[in-house]
Amino acid sequence: MKDICEAPGVSGYEEYVAKIVRAAFCAHVDEVRQDRMGNVVFLKRGSDSGGRRPRILLAAHLDEIGLMVTKIEEGGFLRFSAVGGIDPRTVVGQEVILYGREKLSGVIGVKPPHLTPADELSKGHKMEDLHIDVALTEESARKLVAVGDLALIRRELIQLAGSTVAAKAMDDRAGLAVLLSCLQELERLRHAADVYAVATVQEEVGVRGAAMATYGVVPDIGIAVDVTHAEMPGVLEHEACKLGKGPGITVGPNIHPKISEEIIRVAKEYRLPYQLEAFPGPTGTDARAIQVTRGGIPTGLLSIPLRYMHTSVELLDMDDLKLSGRLLAYFIAGVDSAFVEGLSCC
Amino acid sequence: MLLKRLSEASGASGDEGEVRSLLKEELSLHVEEVTTDALGNLYLKKGFGRKPRVMVAAHMDEVGLMVVGYEKSGLLRVVKVGSIDDRVLASKVVSIGKDRIAGVIGAKAVHLQKPDERTKAIDINNLYIDLGVRSQEEAEKLVKIGDYATFTAKVREAGDNCLIGKAFDNRAGCAVLAELLKEDFDLELNAVFTVQEEVGLRGAGVAAYSIHPDVALVIETTAAADVVGSKEAAYVTKLGDGPALTLMDSTYMAPQQILDLVAETAEKLAIPYQFRRLTTAGTDAGIISQTHAGILSAVISIPCRYIHSPASIINLDDWQNTLRLARGILNAIAEGGLRLEGTA
Repeated sequence: MKDICEAPGVSGYEEYVAKIVRAAFCAHVDEVRQDRMGNVVFLKRGSDSGGRRPRILLAAHLDEIGLMVTKIEEGGFLRFSAVGGIDPRTVVGQEVILYGREKLSGVIGVKPPHLTPADELSKGHKMEDLHIDVALTEESARKLVAVGDLALIRRELIQLAGSTVAAKAMDDRAGLAVLLSCLQELERLRHAADVYAVATVQEEVGVRGAAMATYGVVPDIGIAVDVTHAEMPGVLEHEACKLGKGPGITVGPNIHPKISEEIIRVAKEYRLPYQLEAFPGPTGTDARAIQVTRGGIPTGLLSIPLRYMHTSVELLDMDDLKLSGRLLAYFIAGVDSAFVEGLSCC
Repeated sequence: MLLKRLSEASGASGDEGEVRSLLKEELSLHVEEVTTDALGNLYLKKGFGRKPRVMVAAHMDEVGLMVVGYEKSGLLRVVKVGSIDDRVLASKVVSIGKDRIAGVIGAKAVHLQKPDERTKAIDINNLYIDLGVRSQEEAEKLVKIGDYATFTAKVREAGDNCLIGKAFDNRAGCAVLAELLKEDFDLELNAVFTVQEEVGLRGAGVAAYSIHPDVALVIETTAAADVVGSKEAAYVTKLGDGPALTLMDSTYMAPQQILDLVAETAEKLAIPYQFRRLTTAGTDAGIISQTHAGILSAVISIPCRYIHSPASIINLDDWQNTLRLARGILNAIAEGGLRLEGTA
């Protein structure tokens, strides 16, 4: 978990983290391939012989939100914009790693408070007010940094109380951890279906990788694993899941009702805790793209409760990951051709 | 590197014990006497009985947070210790109390914010430390009311001979004073690592009273606002331009003969220096200079970008030059460079 969270992988530049995921997954699968977009597709074959085995696609995204240099200012200060959704107010005062011609250490700075008029102090910083300071002269900065270079907030995984941890990029490296734990569980279970576990690219910039991956795999069922909001200050109880109480099983138009019903049935059968998450439209996850690929794919979504999404201290309970992996594996073990056939008639 | 260990130590105002122990351990063998007082100031003395009696002060404390309450959910309510811009707190890691419990300061997910919410600063009343617990009872077992929290940045080399880290204000100054104590000067050197500078210059006053020096030198760290978006007139200091001399701030005015001595010393030794171009805020010199019937005091400071925030930047040439200048000032004083009696 520490390795995959600390690995860099801004949307569109997932190669490094893809390698780490590949190394971790390959012992548990039969085949690995990478498609043109960069999605890494791991195949674990099912046990059914004769006829076409059901295909289940699991998707968790590799990419994380990050920063991109837009201008080298006088004095060597770097202006930047966000790749993915970032609250500028959460990046002020952060240490960053800038991936220039070499790896550079820097700080996200802003005009100091003593130079800020009193009425501005109550306003949040805007991205255009901020700069990355790599403590270089302008001349050196121009040699080592170019417009388009990426930067990430420097953050080691933090072990908190009990099984709680905080890190950057938990969204959605946590989902990848669930996929891995599911593949491990499947080694001791009999499953008819072929499982295509896919580490997808470019989710944060518009769920792009998952669409291409789904098109390529042509699954009978697609399940996305992503993070969802856990309770935190300023959020109403019904807007959020609880930490440590198992994955959220999403219901709503993005989700095939028979899939959510079956996941719930499996959870009850194996006495695995879960929470229901109702979402009234296309979700902001790979499930959004999977559902409308080709002629339509029956789709499900498992969500890991997480606090402070899209900050560098995304916080979750590791127990929820284990529970999610197990639930997903038991669901997969129960899928046969009859279940798949039942999905296309309403 | 002592500066690295000092910077990474935890020591908000009122909780300077870790820094004090570190300095005591590092420096005891180099001095003749080590004492502490009721507030926690650390005194290291060298050259007993020599004239003049010189006090050199650097404050040990850093800005931080203090735990003042619990939410039912187990989140911690905090207040600031010293001056911190609330807007640097969101999405940071902190270390709490003697056991260095890890906590994070979260922020409401951007997805759930209403548009008008996004334009406002997140003030401290809407920020909490999250220990990862699920209840007040669990939180109470880990953290007590009154526990201090500090930032956790590790010292790193960066850019053109710079360092990134927390609490350079004023561990960078402490590190200069520590080096001076390893040398010998022809005067009675009374080094004081002071407490509680950031909450109102509380430690330095009692230290100056106890020592009653002929002259005092304060080694500090000050803001460098030489960043994009700020006008040159507002830079205060510029990183890399050398130690900064204080002319005046909210608490102190530099006596002319002090300025002359410091500037002449810098010029004689070819040390680059600059003036601190801001007349607000204060240093330990503010209180030292007004102790007893008045004590002749000087302030030299290491420029620091993003001071009082989780990650600041200093330039190592500035740090070296501050050490050279402090050494030069002490030698100049030893050679009788100051008129120490009041004029009739």
